[in-house]
Amino acid sequence: MDLGLTEGELKFRDELRAWLKTNLPPMSERPEKTADSYNEYQTFLKSWQRKLYDGGYAGINWPKDFGGRGASFIEQAIFQEEMALADAPERMGTIGQGLVGPTIISVGTEEQKKRFLPGILSGAEVWCQGFSEPNAGSDVASLETKGIREGDEFVVNGQKIWTSYAHIADWCMLLVRTDPNAPKHKGITCLLVDMKSEGISVRPLRMMSGDSGFNEMFFSNLRVPVANVLGKVNEGWHTAITALSNERANLGTGLYVVFKRTLEAVVDHARKIQRNGKPAIEDPVLRERLAQAYVDLEVFRLNTTRSLSMLNKTGAPGPEGSIQKLYWSELNQRNAQIALEVLGPRALSAEFDAGRWAYNYLRSRGNTIEAGTSEIQRNIIAQRVLGLPRSY
Amino acid sequence: MEFELSKPQKLLQQSARDLFARECKTTRVRELMATDTAFHPELWEAVADQGWLGIHLPEACGGLELGAVELAVVAEEMGRVCFPGPFLGTVWAATALAEANPKSKQLDALTTGAAKGAVALLEPDTGWCPSEVRLRAEPDGGGFKLTGRKSFVLDAGVADVIVCAVRTPDGLALVTVPGEAGGLTKTATQPLDATRKISELQFDAVKVGADDVVAVGPEAERALAQSMRYGTLMAAADMLGGMQWILEASVEYAKTRQQFGKTIGTFQSVQHMCADMLLWTESSRSSVYFAAWALGADPADAPRAVSLAKAYVSDASREVANRGVQVHGGIGFTWEHDLQLYYKRSKASEVLFGDARDHRARLAELAFDSATAGA
Ligand SMILES: Cc1cc2nc3c(=O)[nH]c(=O)nc-3n(C[C@H](O)[C@H](O)[C@H](O)COP(=O)(O)OP(=O)(O)OC[C@H]3O[C@@H](n4cnc5c(N)ncnc54)[C@H](O)[C@@H]3O)c2cc1C
Repeated sequence: MDLGLTEGELKFRDELRAWLKTNLPPMSERPEKTADSYNEYQTFLKSWQRKLYDGGYAGINWPKDFGGRGASFIEQAIFQEEMALADAPERMGTIGQGLVGPTIISVGTEEQKKRFLPGILSGAEVWCQGFSEPNAGSDVASLETKGIREGDEFVVNGQKIWTSYAHIADWCMLLVRTDPNAPKHKGITCLLVDMKSEGISVRPLRMMSGDSGFNEMFFSNLRVPVANVLGKVNEGWHTAITALSNERANLGTGLYVVFKRTLEAVVDHARKIQRNGKPAIEDPVLRERLAQAYVDLEVFRLNTTRSLSMLNKTGAPGPEGSIQKLYWSELNQRNAQIALEVLGPRALSAEFDAGRWAYNYLRSRGNTIEAGTSEIQRNIIAQRVLGLPRSY
Repeated sequence: MEFELSKPQKLLQQSARDLFARECKTTRVRELMATDTAFHPELWEAVADQGWLGIHLPEACGGLELGAVELAVVAEEMGRVCFPGPFLGTVWAATALAEANPKSKQLDALTTGAAKGAVALLEPDTGWCPSEVRLRAEPDGGGFKLTGRKSFVLDAGVADVIVCAVRTPDGLALVTVPGEAGGLTKTATQPLDATRKISELQFDAVKVGADDVVAVGPEAERALAQSMRYGTLMAAADMLGGMQWILEASVEYAKTRQQFGKTIGTFQSVQHMCADMLLWTESSRSSVYFAAWALGADPADAPRAVSLAKAYVSDASREVANRGVQVHGGIGFTWEHDLQLYYKRSKASEVLFGDARDHRARLAELAFDSATAGA
């Protein structure tokens, strides 16, 4: 074990630092992340992604041929840390970079890699993930949206729900049932769907936090070319598991930047806000709470780095990704709560600090549901990592 | 001993539940959330007609002269429906006036519902402890001139009577200011919980006549502290009602929602979430009604009982709300689902009158320090 960097890794880090010095957008040009600024914020992230891409810092560990840097997971880990240190904006297109891209790399055709990977990395194309349905949430394998083969196309009818980004997405990674007679895991196919196609309608749903980040999608005779099958026909469950494992393992790596900056902002408030005539940061209870938040966050960083270092050997994330997902989602909820404790009566306001703390608190509640609920993550850890018997 | 509601108290509970089931459906609550005031004249009148605005106050103050237990019963039922509008602010204001001076001229209007009330305590950088109040009251004739700012003032937007905690050369004072006083600027603040509104108040040399000075010095401190105990009890009881609703909705959902070919209530993690919610709700019930009883029957122990309830319920209510959303999955995270109303109201009540941390600090003094101090 050696947590120090090799010469090559140091060189990568120093170049990245130099690049960030000239390319990082100043704080004053970054929109706040609140319920009202959703579109403005997404546009901003898109432009930042383009900058990273042009600078050669998108897809650190993705193949060079498709717009990536061709480096290893170690460089990816260094990249995450440096982004956090530099207070860089968060990563755009969680779905594209976090789950669709890695899945295409792993099971896609050469054509698909060429067609889709550069667009994901440059931020030109936004992706969404059409997995969940009204009756297929935790049990996503029981999905009912139908895909019937007609010549070189699949004709799709049905409904998806909770699809994040569908209202701004260019492409969708869609799961449909192509063999209704096969056992539920054996009749699913994964399609890459152009969101501009005819036969798709998107209805935004409002989240508890007030913004419309997710949607319902309805398909009526949507036609998808067979060339857009990702993985094999009727083996979409394998594709889905690859995607979900990547989602669990990857979502968190991009989030460290966000969590770190959030905690720093809370600590900053704690220095200014008065509690019983003293700065809140001197209040022994809040001080301890903030220190705990700091510990949790550091352990998260170390877990992430360690799992990336492990990925460097194994190549593909396994069920251990559920540990990451569980860790970051619950950490973010705890820290959102600590933030409101620091704010004291200001927590009554949805306006304080442009509303970011109220939003942060409410939005974090979705973290233990999206990308697989905490209960499902614990089931996966218990059954697939620890080998405990299945109960359902 | 009987740790249960009496027959008349149960009747009161039932009539409140029936009234709100009829008049305070969530469709109406949502309409009112979208307004500036969350105030609905008929709903207000229905509650005022029952006498609930002064349910615990002496008849001499226009009250029904029932007790804090009855107040808690009504507040719990309000929590169960996310009752919108200025009930808490009005009852808090009436209680402060009644405690300071039972002959206060505004009491009648507040207890009959003819006027709405609010108590202005918090300032931009203060907490819930009245000793932190700084808003300057300069002697002016027999009264005062007020200059400064109050923040997050519950129900001030619609209030006709604002009871202000101010700092005079002789210490803390309670004075009343009409909602439309000259020199007073109210600005609505968008609240986390839209069923109860808050405002920012700017005082620019607002004149208060001798008549409107309710209490000064230790008497003001006592009256404000006692009124805050009632307010704290109401917030805790409100959370209790909300928890009960969330618990019932979640258990119902766990019994009907199917995944993996089974109702999700079959899964032990879902069962355990529901069981924890019950544990927290019932424990909250014990502490809320203990506090209510102590406020009436054991005044010496009331500060401890009230802080005990607020410390426990503030955390319990938040966790019940969290589990409630979790049991519901995606649907529980939507704007459309009523859970979000309860979720946000619970969070606001957690903060109102001090959160668990504030009350634990107070409890530590009461339970551990006062013994050695011999108090
Ligand atoms: C903010 C947000 C964004 C989302 N974005 C997307 C997206 O982009 N694309 C997409 O496809 N989906 C998305 N989802 C959907 C998400 O994946 C589902 O909500 C989630 O998988 C749970 O499904 P459900 O909502 O149907 O809840 P249910 O599956 O009905 O779960 C209800 C409760 O039962 C529990 N439960 C269910 N089965 C078990 C079991 N076997 N053991 C123990 N407990 C169990 C759950 O943990 C939960 O507590 C999003 C959800 C949210 C909240």
